[in-house]
Amino acid sequence: MLSFLQPEFLIQRDKDRCNSCGLCVKQCSFEVHQHDKVKGTVLSDETKCICCHRCVTMCPTRALSVRKNTLAFRRNSNWTVKAVREIYKQAETGGILLSGMGNPEDYPIYWDRIVINASQVTNPPIDPLREPMELKTFLGRKPERVDIDANGNLQVKLPPQLELEAPILFSAMSFGSISFNACKALAMAAAQLGIYYNAGEGGLHKDLYNYSRNTIAQVASGRFGINIEYLNACSAVEIKMGQGAKPGIGGHLPGEKVNEEISKTRMIPVGSDALSPAPHHDIYSIEDLKQLIYLLRETTGYAKPIAVKVAAVNNISSIASGIVRAGADIIVIDGFRGGTGAAPTRIRDNVGIPIEMAVASVDTRLKNEGIRSQVSIIASGSMRNSADIIKAIALGADAVYIATGALIALGCHVCQKCYTGKCSWGIATQNPDLVKRLNPDIGSKRLINLITAWINEIKEFLGGMGINSIDSLRGNRDMLRGIGLNQKELDILGIKTAGE
Amino acid sequence: MIIVDSRNLNFREINEQIKLAAQKSKYINLINVNGQRYIGTGLSSSVNITIEGLPGNDLAAFLNGPRITVNGNGQDAIANTMNAGEVIIHGMAGDTAGYAMRGGSVYISGNAGYRVGIHMKEYKSSIPAIIIGNKAGDFLGEYMAGGIVAVLGLNLGKGDSIVGNYCGTGMHGGVIYVRGHVGNHQLGAEVVRKEMKENDYKKLEPLLRKFCSYFKNDYKDIVKGPFTKLVSVNKRPYGSLYAY
Repeated sequence: MLSFLQPEFLIQRDKDRCNSCGLCVKQCSFEVHQHDKVKGTVLSDETKCICCHRCVTMCPTRALSVRKNTLAFRRNSNWTVKAVREIYKQAETGGILLSGMGNPEDYPIYWDRIVINASQVTNPPIDPLREPMELKTFLGRKPERVDIDANGNLQVKLPPQLELEAPILFSAMSFGSISFNACKALAMAAAQLGIYYNAGEGGLHKDLYNYSRNTIAQVASGRFGINIEYLNACSAVEIKMGQGAKPGIGGHLPGEKVNEEISKTRMIPVGSDALSPAPHHDIYSIEDLKQLIYLLRETTGYAKPIAVKVAAVNNISSIASGIVRAGADIIVIDGFRGGTGAAPTRIRDNVGIPIEMAVASVDTRLKNEGIRSQVSIIASGSMRNSADIIKAIALGADAVYIATGALIALGCHVCQKCYTGKCSWGIATQNPDLVKRLNPDIGSKRLINLITAWINEIKEFLGGMGINSIDSLRGNRDMLRGIGLNQKELDILGIKTAGE
Repeated sequence: MIIVDSRNLNFREINEQIKLAAQKSKYINLINVNGQRYIGTGLSSSVNITIEGLPGNDLAAFLNGPRITVNGNGQDAIANTMNAGEVIIHGMAGDTAGYAMRGGSVYISGNAGYRVGIHMKEYKSSIPAIIIGNKAGDFLGEYMAGGIVAVLGLNLGKGDSIVGNYCGTGMHGGVIYVRGHVGNHQLGAEVVRKEMKENDYKKLEPLLRKFCSYFKNDYKDIVKGPFTKLVSVNKRPYGSLYAY
């Protein structure tokens, strides 16, 4: 069948600079570049280029660049080039369109319409370079009241808590969706930073048990790699009910990615599909969720917080209320920008609501119901920088999960082709030749650099607001103002407009 | 033998008592069990537990070695994500027995509910098995990725169907043996019938012999069958659904 799909990108090869060394041929996992043996030059098949910049970055003579193919279609605001190309693709394959990473579409980004306060004159700013700033965060159910005995000792048995040096965690990415080296880089960085990373659904590789104290175990409907050894080794257990990139859709690791190592960790045969459908078939109600929460508590000796992760959808505040009443210690809310290794494109781009709205409405609802202290909220679904984190916490989150940001630190170029398993940066792949491109030591260093930089920025924000503890920012929406938002949006976010 | 009277104990207390008792004896008898959930959760030892009464949901979840015998019916999610050991139910089991089970075996003398064996998996020598004495409900072996489920139909009444509808839906590994007839309309789209081979009887023999020893059935009678063997069409049921 003749393909109507023209290349999305064009390779520009500077002939004066290219010495036909062929490094690009070796580096491109999508097989764009090929030797022309007759002419002794290198050619490019641009139909395969996904714009990952691997060849551009590695080219020793800087001979390469990737440009958007500006091939004109007649202007049409309705039938955009993207819409037309997607129809060609489906007409040629009959398949559901797949994408990697989070929703890239042109929806409002509320983070960018919210600004942060700073102190002036009275209640002066604090200089974080000179004065202590407390970012330490505890995630878990907090006691309703505090009793003190005659000797002044606390008489409260604190429910299990996760203790973090900063309100940032690496969110769930399974060994399978990402490479062992990517998992290891995250684990090493989490351990060194005093934070946590989530191993995702699929179990924990034996070689990562050293970092299990900084690991959150995930239990999803397929229960891959889950046994008591794993649950007890980790510091918390997260029940995955949903994911922002694909609310109502489950996980699906294709059989071709299930190699020997993945097979060991997931405890399934090599080459077998790993299907985790959206529903847990033992959960049809809040009571059923409670049953699983208490099963995991009973299994882990009541020593670890149990988190429940859901996608941000229309009725998120009611859902969150139910989750608290089911006994969760932590709720994870994943907004519609949340990333993924693979999601049906239509779902990713159209289902769910922004995390900004979701976290604000959940915080408000739980406060109104008097149950906010029974649970910690982790917001996720695109925290791009420290300002997004400050805003999320001021809207009511206790902490945030980051994933795409962390992968970008490791070298991800957001080409959105994670589902192909050909990630040229060694992140979303199981091909050993590609995996070794990511050095876990260097990767963890990059992650530590990123989070350290964000921590310092968060401290500067706090200092500027005249606050010396992240606890004083939590749900402190008076520190935020909206710009260009309508009244309803401001009401849901619980913030005033700039100038008010 | 240590007797644990479960009357007025909650599940947490029962499990604590079991753990204490297991340090002293290999045989524990739980009496007056009345709906308490999670009994035996995550136990890793070679202890034998006998339950008198009705254990609640998630009996033997994450079980990792012991043998649990129930002298009566069980409820839902028996052997949830079980790793090793044996569960023997002298009666009926509820829905989702053996959810994501990846080792050990479950023997049920009577009927089992819906979605039994869902997400069952196997890995190398760890092959879980569920043997159901009479009949099973809809969605038997749903999303099954490995292991063995056998339904024996030993007490079928007139007009009874040995399995429900959507049998093996989403199945992509493992095998279901049904001792009797399964209509085409009862099969999920992802399974096919296959002829019984010598190897199948080899797989079944130790399981059926144990079943017979636990429930006093005649092995020779049961093994006569005839068995319908159901396996998945392929390991990747939804592989062609997507445009890469």
